[in-house]
Amino acid sequence: MTARDAILARIRRSLGTSGSDIARRADVSDRLQRPPKGLIPLRGQRDRAGRTDLFAAEAAKVSTTVARVAEAGDVPAAIADYLRAKNLPQVIRAGADPRLADLPWDTQPQLTVSAGPSKGDDLVGLSHAFAGVAETGTLVLTSGADNPTTLAFLPEYHLVVLDAADIAGDYEAVWDRLRAIYGKGEMPRNLNLITGPSRSGDIEQTILLGAHGPRSLHVIIVEGAAE
Amino acid sequence: MQITSPAFKDNAASALNNKTLQKALLNVERGFIDKRAKAAAGLPEFERLRDDARDIKNHTLAHLDLYLDAYERRVTASGGHVHWAETAEDARAIILDICRSLKAKTITKSKSMVAEEIDLNDYLEDHGVRPVETDLGEYIIQIRHEPPSHIIAPAVHLTKEQVADDFRRVHGHLDPKRNLDEPVTLLSEARTVLREQFLAADVGLTGANFLVAETGTSVIVTNEGNGDLTQTLPKAHIVLASIEKVVPTLDDVAKIMRVLARSATGQEMSVYTTFSTGPRREGDLDGPGEYHVVILDNGRTAMLGTEFQDMLRCIRCGACMNHCPVYHAVGGHAYGWVYPGPMGAVLTPTLIGVDNSGHLPNASTFCGRCESVCPMRIPLPKMMRHWREREFEKHLGAAVPRVAVRLWAAFARRPLLYRLMVGAASTAMRLIGGKKGRLSSMLLAGGWVKHRDLAVPTGRTFIDQWKARQDDREAAGHAAAKPGHAAAKPGHAGAKH
Repeated sequence: MTARDAILARIRRSLGTSGSDIARRADVSDRLQRPPKGLIPLRGQRDRAGRTDLFAAEAAKVSTTVARVAEAGDVPAAIADYLRAKNLPQVIRAGADPRLADLPWDTQPQLTVSAGPSKGDDLVGLSHAFAGVAETGTLVLTSGADNPTTLAFLPEYHLVVLDAADIAGDYEAVWDRLRAIYGKGEMPRNLNLITGPSRSGDIEQTILLGAHGPRSLHVIIVEGAAE
Repeated sequence: MQITSPAFKDNAASALNNKTLQKALLNVERGFIDKRAKAAAGLPEFERLRDDARDIKNHTLAHLDLYLDAYERRVTASGGHVHWAETAEDARAIILDICRSLKAKTITKSKSMVAEEIDLNDYLEDHGVRPVETDLGEYIIQIRHEPPSHIIAPAVHLTKEQVADDFRRVHGHLDPKRNLDEPVTLLSEARTVLREQFLAADVGLTGANFLVAETGTSVIVTNEGNGDLTQTLPKAHIVLASIEKVVPTLDDVAKIMRVLARSATGQEMSVYTTFSTGPRREGDLDGPGEYHVVILDNGRTAMLGTEFQDMLRCIRCGACMNHCPVYHAVGGHAYGWVYPGPMGAVLTPTLIGVDNSGHLPNASTFCGRCESVCPMRIPLPKMMRHWREREFEKHLGAAVPRVAVRLWAAFARRPLLYRLMVGAASTAMRLIGGKKGRLSSMLLAGGWVKHRDLAVPTGRTFIDQWKARQDDREAAGHAAAKPGHAAAKPGHAGAKH
C-alpha cells in the first residue's frame, strides 16, 4: 500500500466512513463547484468612489504611500515625481504588461524604463496590479511575463499601478474575477496579496519596515472614467 | 530535536530565575495582547467570522479524505508533484531525495513549524545539504542552535543585545567595531547577509498556511517577504504541510485569513499572502522550475474521530500562548519540544506521547483565556483536561497527587464523614495559622506553599452557608406566599413589594 493510500485509509477509518459514501462526495463536489460566499464584512461594500477612498485610507494605515491620477497618461509623470521626491535615480524596471508599455513614457525623457524580471540589482520595480481590495488596502498581483514576481520582492522600492475600476470591496469579489478570467479551478502560478511594504517584528517585537522585500511600497491609482 | 518536556518543572524553575529571559518575555504581553484586542474590535463581524472559520474546518475535517484527493488532482493538473509522508522520517527522506535529484548544496527555508516538528535542518545538514533559515527570527535562532520559543515569533525570548552578540560572532567578515545597538541596524545586516543566500540557493522550502482543494494551491502568510524570495528564486519550491492544512475553496481561505492575522499579530492582514500553484509556466521569466508538495500525517490521522479532533482546526496563530499566564512566566523553551503554550500542551502529547509530555497539560491555570481568544474556537482547556484524565488512567502522574485524590474521593463518597473531616481540618488550619491567618508549610503540599502562603479558611463552610441560605429562602417564600403570590418565584415576589 502506498503512503497515500495508507493515510487516506486511516482518515476514513477514523471518520468511520468508507469513502464511497455518495452524500459525502456530493457535499464536497458541490462546495468545490459552487463555493459558498459566506459572511463578507460590510466594510468594503461601497460604490466605486467609496471603494477607492477606502483602499487609499487602508493602504495608508499600513505605510503604503498612495498617489491618485486622473488617467493612465499621467502615470509616467507621477513616477518621475516620486523618484525625484525620494532622491532616487530616474531608472525603473518593469515587465511586459501592455498597460504599462503603452504609457506615454516619452513625456519623461530623463526616465529610463528597462523590461524584464529582477535579478536583484534593481533599485525600483514597477508592476501593474490585477486588482485591489478596499477592505484592507491590499494589492493583488498575478505572475507572468507581464508582471514578473521578482519585481515585487527584490527591488528596494516597489511601484504599482492600480486602476480604480479594478478595486474590489472584498477578496471574494476578486476570486470571482479570477475564476472568470483563468477558468474554474485555475490560478496564475503566483497570486500575491500585498498589504504594505515588507516588515519584521522579530527583534523585541519592534516593527521595522524593509525586512527582505521592499522598504517602500507606492501605489499610483488611475481614477479613469467614472462608471 | 531533544525532547525536554519531561523536565518541564526544572525548565520552568530555571526560566523563572533567568533575568534576561524574563525581560524579553515582557515583549509578549506588550507586543500582542492590545493589538489583537484592537484588531478584533475594529471588525464588527469578527466574532461571527470565528464561528464561520470553525465551521469551515469542521466541514473539511469531516471530508478530509475527499478534499485531500481533490487537492492532489489539482496540483498534478498544474504540473506539481504531491508526495505523501506517513512519518517525520518519510518526509525528511522525500525532501532529501528532491534536493539530491537537483544536486542541491543549499536550501533556503521560510519559517515552517512542521519542518521543526520533523527536525529537518539537522537531518539535511548531516546529509550534505546546508539549510538556511530566512525569516529573521528563525535565522537568529538557527545561528544560536536553538529551537523556536514561539510559533510565530521564534526569537521572542531574546533581547536585542543578545542578537547583536550573535551577529558579531557569526558575521565575522564585517567590521567588529560596527554599531549594533538598534534593532534597525540588526535587521539591515540580516537583510544584506541573507540576500546573497536567496540568490545562491538551489532549493527553497516553505510551509503552508492553507492548501486549497479547489485550485491545488498552497498559501503562505508572511510579513518579511522571505517566503516569496525563498520560493521564487531557486530551481525548485518544496512545500511541506500537514494533512489538516487543506481547505475547500478560495472563499474559505478569505474567511480564515480575516481571523488569522488579527488573532496573531493584531494586523488586519499580514503583508504578504502568497498563493502558489505549480511550477514556472510557459512564458514566465521567473519562478521555480519544479513544484513539490510533501503532505505529512505524523500522528494526525489518529486524532480524527477522537476528543482531540478539534485541535486539527488550529491555524498556528499563537494567540493562545500570547494570552497565557504560564507562557508569560516561563516562555516557550520550558515546554521542551516544538509547540509551546496551550496549543502545545494539547498537541505535544498526541505527537510525542503523553508519557513524554504529561506535565504540559498540567502547566495551566485553567483561566480560559486561550479558548476565549482562539480564532478557531478550540476548547483548549477541555482538551488539557482530557490529557490529565488519560495521564491519570495510565498512572503516569506523581504518587502524592494520586494518593491525595484517592483519599479525597474516599471521603467525598461519604458526605457525613467528609463534612466532619473538613470541619476538623479547617479548625486545625485556623489554629495553626494563628493571628497571621496564613500557612507557610503544609503536609503533602510543599510545592504549593513554597512560593506563597495559603490563607486559612475563615467563617463557615460552603455547605453550612448554603444550608442556611436555603432555610432563609424557604422562610421568605412562605412569607411571600401568604398574600396569594406563587411561592415558586421568591425573587419576583420580593421585587414587586
